[in-house]
Amino acid sequence: MSNFIFGRYLPLNSIVHRLDPRAKLLLSFCYIVLVFMANNPASYLIIIAFTLGSILASKISLGFFLKGIRPLIWLIVFTVVLQLLFSPAGGHVYFHWAFVNITQFGLVNSGYIFIRFLLIIMMSTLLTLSTQPLDIATGLASLMKPLRWVRVPVDTLAMMLSIALRFVPTLMDEANKIMNAQRARGVDFGEGGLLKQAKSLIPLMVPLFMSAFNRAEDLSTAMEARGYQDSEHRSQYRILTWQRRDTITWIIFVVAFAAILATRRW
Amino acid sequence: MAISFEHVSYTYQAGTPMATSAVSDVSFTVPDHGYLAIIGHTGSGKSTLIQQLNALLKPTAGEITVDDFTVTPKTTNAALKLLRRHVGMVFQFPENQLFEETVRQDIAFGPKNFGMGETDANKLADAMLQTVGLDSSYAERSPFELSGGQMRRVAIAGVLAMRPKVLVLDEPTAGLDPQGRQEMMTLFERLHREQGLAIVLVTHQMDDVVQYAEQVAVMREGKLVKFGTPTEVFSSESWLRENQLDMPQAAQVAQRLANRGLTWDALPLTADQLADQLAARWPREGGAHV
Repeated sequence: MSNFIFGRYLPLNSIVHRLDPRAKLLLSFCYIVLVFMANNPASYLIIIAFTLGSILASKISLGFFLKGIRPLIWLIVFTVVLQLLFSPAGGHVYFHWAFVNITQFGLVNSGYIFIRFLLIIMMSTLLTLSTQPLDIATGLASLMKPLRWVRVPVDTLAMMLSIALRFVPTLMDEANKIMNAQRARGVDFGEGGLLKQAKSLIPLMVPLFMSAFNRAEDLSTAMEARGYQDSEHRSQYRILTWQRRDTITWIIFVVAFAAILATRRW
Repeated sequence: MAISFEHVSYTYQAGTPMATSAVSDVSFTVPDHGYLAIIGHTGSGKSTLIQQLNALLKPTAGEITVDDFTVTPKTTNAALKLLRRHVGMVFQFPENQLFEETVRQDIAFGPKNFGMGETDANKLADAMLQTVGLDSSYAERSPFELSGGQMRRVAIAGVLAMRPKVLVLDEPTAGLDPQGRQEMMTLFERLHREQGLAIVLVTHQMDDVVQYAEQVAVMREGKLVKFGTPTEVFSSESWLRENQLDMPQAAQVAQRLANRGLTWDALPLTADQLADQLAARWPREGGAHV
């Protein structure tokens, strides 16, 4: 559980950590668009430089990002291999058998896909490593505000999201405790055949669900006791303010965006 | 089942920026069939320490010996299963580990994991139910319809059913009423006396420490700051207060009496000792009946 990096927060004090979560969320989203705009070596070089620069500015060691990629490695390999084998014809054909073609076009494309995956995972890992889950929730809620006009219950959604995020570590702790208790009763988690492994999850899942339901009930009682009402407009404890560093970050990003549009093959 | 810790340290998330040292350089020895109490303020490393006893956590430095088993940072998991059977763990709020459909099945779960047959395990489960003071009518009920105290008894029976030689208890009486607490502690005392079960008890109840423990370990900020008999450990009130620990209640009463001019040969620690010492100095006029 402890080497699962994706979705974890790493408390450090860097400019990336201090950025407004809204700025980071929007940036991460636009970054993905940017990654798909790049289509030749020059534009990829720019975006790689931008990514490495962001990572450097966050003071988080590169090792964490590599660890973040590890759980997704099979997905990446699968996609790259598909791309390699089943690309439409184009350029020099290196290998041909039945409907399998390995072409120059496919080779280059799969290389790009590989880099795209890496970049997107790195950037989203950077977002979660440098932003507290609650800040992400507040940022998302703030970005969703316009949806109020079309009668989306934004406040309720934001509350659900922040409660869910808040209880992730609690449930992880709980799961850890229960696993320890069952291990002490002779359960081997993650060992043996598939059936045995699936069976060993029952003594974990049943108590975990029991305690999650109990906790949910307690929480709702506590919230009602303190006068919580759904769909009421509420003020916020954490107020987000857009700072100069957010503007500067965005300027850098827009410059990178423009550079990529200028260098990409149209 | 002698237990010994040799320069044991444990660091959480070693090698990351979040690395925190929970236990550092702890050494002590508990003899066969001993009764050790571990006390200390919240966050002093007590829970980390006891999880090393059956290698749920392996030390990041040092060596732990429990009987014939030796656990070092390099020990493999495969070698540990037998150790886990010999060291029974009752965690805080053990009722949270219940999951089976009936009480009997839940108690039999541990023994079956260690290779016992269904019939034997069920028979053992019924016996253990008796041991923890619940009658056989509970065996067929769902553990989730019991009261909190009963659930805890069932969970403890589930640990006892593995026939451990060391029983590790992490605040086993937390959240119980005074009577439930007393019954629980008496149960452990009986197991210790009658079956020679070694006991390691983590607790905040100083009264239980002086009443039952033979040795006391005091933890503070991951270090073992004192190790000795209850009399040794509870000899200085000011030292205890420095370490954010209380005197047992009887000792507090005795201390107050001492402040008013009463002198003690040895400060009484338990209610019984206090009563005996007081009775001894009472003038025996008119046939006092105590």
